[in-house]
Amino acid sequence: MRDRGLIYSALALFLGLVTFPAWHNLSAHVTGKGPEVRLPVNAKQCVAPVEYMRTSHMNLLIDWRETVVRTGRRDFTAAGGKHYNMSLTPTCLEQCHGARKDFCDRCHDYAAVSPPCWNCHQDAKAVLRSAK
Amino acid sequence: MTISRQAFLRLTGLAYLGAVARKAIGAITGPRWAMAVDVAKCRTQQNCTKCIVACHEAHNVPSIPDRRHEVRWVWREPFEHAFPGQVDEYSSLRGAPAMLLCNHCENPPCVQVCPTQATWKREDGIVAMDWHRCIGCRYCMAACPYGSRSFNWMDPQPYVHNPNPEFPMRTKGVVEKCTFCSERLSVGRPPACVEACPEKALVFGNLADPHSPLRQLLAARQHVRRRPELGTGPDVFYLT
Repeated sequence: MRDRGLIYSALALFLGLVTFPAWHNLSAHVTGKGPEVRLPVNAKQCVAPVEYMRTSHMNLLIDWRETVVRTGRRDFTAAGGKHYNMSLTPTCLEQCHGARKDFCDRCHDYAAVSPPCWNCHQDAKAVLRSAK
Repeated sequence: MTISRQAFLRLTGLAYLGAVARKAIGAITGPRWAMAVDVAKCRTQQNCTKCIVACHEAHNVPSIPDRRHEVRWVWREPFEHAFPGQVDEYSSLRGAPAMLLCNHCENPPCVQVCPTQATWKREDGIVAMDWHRCIGCRYCMAACPYGSRSFNWMDPQPYVHNPNPEFPMRTKGVVEKCTFCSERLSVGRPPACVEACPEKALVFGNLADPHSPLRQLLAARQHVRRRPELGTGPDVFYLT
């Protein structure tokens, strides 16, 4: 057992490496909790039900994009009969959600997706306060 | 619900005919947008750039000092450069400024070469662009005989000094050009350059309507188009 020191230090190194993700996340304060978005202050209802928007907002936005760019029609009638101008910055951000870092980026960062929308579309000027 | 094969074929045929008829009616009854530039009025204001400024501010067109990276939707050239061989040394048009922009050709070569259909001819005559779909191959720039298209060699956003939040920016690697302000036309406003011109030198109108001011102007005044011999059918007319 003259190799005891070597064995135990190798074992410690091995355990450290295997558990690296766990303590790395602990030190970076990563929790299992989902992202917290800032909810809009003025609006209670999105252009579609929340469950749909949560899973399929990208499809709705692509649909808006194709309609506006290809047909030139900008009017969107929501299920409740309310009309919206199909436009990312003026409608989605400035009318409701405010700055993208408070809403869009929270989930996108959490899910590690980087949609290219913001390469061209601008951020909202007004940053809405948290609803909480 | 069951449907017989015969009924299915009949319905398919009817739907197809309906779609074709709708497109034909749209093409016949819809507008065909075009522009006339009154060179004589521009000549009285030699240093005026109001239309250029208005357009570039409305559409977040970057002002890049390096001319190799220049992005332009509307620009100015001496008349004899825009219409080579058409101005002799005694002509009063020599040295007159010509406002140049996308000609929204009837037979646009840029549309024919675009591999992704990022640029296409709308029914109202506008040669539109979908920047989402542009892959930056620059075939359209090679095809356009008027130099109406610009390429974003670098990120244009630092060069947009007063961004308009209503209109998106573009990104590196995308081609852009004048869109005849389709976003303003859809809400019933004239193009930004037309609105900005104090001399009313730019006349925008519907070519399909024989009573439109544009058609009357074209009937009354002598006019030229840039390189009509190429067969592209430019829809921007220069009143001389």
